[in-house]
Amino acid sequence: MKVEFKPEVKKEFEAIAARYPVRRAALLPALWLAQREFGFISTEALKATADLVGCSPAQAMETASFYTMYQKQKPGKYHLQFCQTISCLLNGAEDVRAAVEKKLNLKDGQTTADGQFSLQGVECLASCHTAPCMRINDEYHENLTVEKINQIIDELKAK
Amino acid sequence: MADFEPQLTKRFNVKDGHTLKGYLATGGYESLKKLFTMKPTEVIEEVKASNLKGRGGAGFPTGMKWSFVPQNTGKPIYLAVNADEGEPGTFTDRYMLFNDPHLLLEGIICACFAINSHTAYIYVRGEFYEQIQRLNAAIDEAKKANYLGKNIQGSGFDLEIYVHRGAGAYICGEETGLLESLEGKPGKPRIKPPFPAVVGLFGCPTIINNVKTLCSVPWIIANGAKAYAALGTQESPGTHVFGLSGHVNQTGYWEMPFGMPFMDFLNNYGKGVKGGKLKAVIPGGSSCPVLTAQECEDLTLSYESMKAHGTMFGTGCGIIMNEHTDMAKVLKNLTHFYSHESCGQCTPCREGTAWEDRLLKKILNGEATAKELDLMLEVADNMEGKTICVLSSALAMPVRSFLKKFRGDFEKYLVKNTVAVPEKVQ
Ligand SMILES: Cc1cc2nc3c(=O)[nH]c(=O)nc-3n(C[C@H](O)[C@H](O)[C@H](O)COP(=O)(O)O)c2cc1C
Ligand code: SF4
Ligand code: FES
Repeated sequence: MKVEFKPEVKKEFEAIAARYPVRRAALLPALWLAQREFGFISTEALKATADLVGCSPAQAMETASFYTMYQKQKPGKYHLQFCQTISCLLNGAEDVRAAVEKKLNLKDGQTTADGQFSLQGVECLASCHTAPCMRINDEYHENLTVEKINQIIDELKAK
Repeated sequence: MADFEPQLTKRFNVKDGHTLKGYLATGGYESLKKLFTMKPTEVIEEVKASNLKGRGGAGFPTGMKWSFVPQNTGKPIYLAVNADEGEPGTFTDRYMLFNDPHLLLEGIICACFAINSHTAYIYVRGEFYEQIQRLNAAIDEAKKANYLGKNIQGSGFDLEIYVHRGAGAYICGEETGLLESLEGKPGKPRIKPPFPAVVGLFGCPTIINNVKTLCSVPWIIANGAKAYAALGTQESPGTHVFGLSGHVNQTGYWEMPFGMPFMDFLNNYGKGVKGGKLKAVIPGGSSCPVLTAQECEDLTLSYESMKAHGTMFGTGCGIIMNEHTDMAKVLKNLTHFYSHESCGQCTPCREGTAWEDRLLKKILNGEATAKELDLMLEVADNMEGKTICVLSSALAMPVRSFLKKFRGDFEKYLVKNTVAVPEKVQ
């Protein structure tokens, strides 16, 4: 299904593109707009982004696929991103993650059948002193414990 | 510790210190008065004389880097600010951006004036959503009050600053990977030379500096290189925001001059090791060679002491491990990280990082002999000095230091009995 940017988003993009001497440089911001507008970077969203920026769909694809934060599939309403790197590992990240996998019956890269939760293991989130930590959508949750993560998920479920 | 005036963190507990009002009330943008009476070359000389070193990891002298920009190419000159903070164990730029965004803007103005640049991009890692909002708000405020834009404070100097959001790739913290990403491409590092100071962003001369490097500059301009060099040690002047994570009772970050004994830092600020005795320290982000507890005894927080101990100052954020830590599992975490984050351009890095990860998996599964341990070292040797950027070395160095200093932790997983399977007895 073809998707299209709304006129006001196109305008928003033009203001961003004007910051760079070369239009192609605005591809990362354009992909962010696409993700915000269409929920994730589908093939159709890629085509619309390439049109907006004026680059080829292959160029848009090459860039989108390099970066882990551009979602290639529709993520859950709550996208859980667990840090799995060294300082979090030293402070019990494995237990926290196992608790979530069990509670939601989810594995890395999966989304629950009701579309509420998705799980992604990520690398160091620059919050190593509040390990273990994770992000839910754009928000940090720090100093996690098994108890705390279970509580957070229960609260989100009840929303 | 000698008395000192905080430079980088002084607004961290000031209410509204992140707004223009709070910033101006606490001495913000004061350095510009002096800056605009100086010539750009004088600014570079002042920063050179301060001996300020880059805080992004490599520790390159900042003033010297600025002096490499050719002023006669007729092309625009760019400043790219490295706020990609992705080195495992490192977490302080995040707070600089959040608590004192105007300080970064002031540092950018000083740097751009020195190198004659009128456009700066702040490359912020995609995860720093709140920080990006604060930076954008600070830029708007500064523009309205003519600290940015045309003819800043009547000086005749013009400058625009833009925020560019990354999207999750450690390699974009490498300076030329960052430039590629700013140009809308995958963040694959470039072959050097040419160096970015000569051919950088959009083919133009470009300086790349870390957040804390730039945040250190306004104080130097306002107070002079001499006052800066009087802090810390001769090789490591000034102050820094040092961090601790891992097995410490009190994790966190603290600003202080360079030179404190590492164990005092760990015991007095970190309140000691959590869960047992000290076993190992990775002193400045995961790419630095690991130190044993014994090696830390006479270590100080400085570039020169780290170097003398065979490691690197890196980002100044230490990862602490207690006596119960399984170093083989920790290294497995790092081999996974670097193989995941390799951009894949260079064979020794792409294959080497993945190979180290597979070898270590085999070892941890109890399927390996001493041959595999030696092979890990051999692979590490082949990963260094043969690649476009140093990500490859950033794994080779930990591999070598972990295996050399904690070999027993790996040997315990090896298949002990290589005795042939006994013949079937009737
Ligand atoms: C793989 C890799 C990742 C890096 N990540 C960062 C980073 O996140 N932030 C940073 O400031 N420097 C990082 N650096 C160092 C930069 O390449 C560069 O040296 C630095 O930004 C220069 O600024 P400085 O001179 O002010 O330190 C990284 C280097 C490598 C090789
Ligand atoms: S060393 Fe690794 S990360 Fe660096 S350019 Fe080569 S493949 Fe990419
Ligand atoms: S290791 Fe998890 S936030 Fe840095």
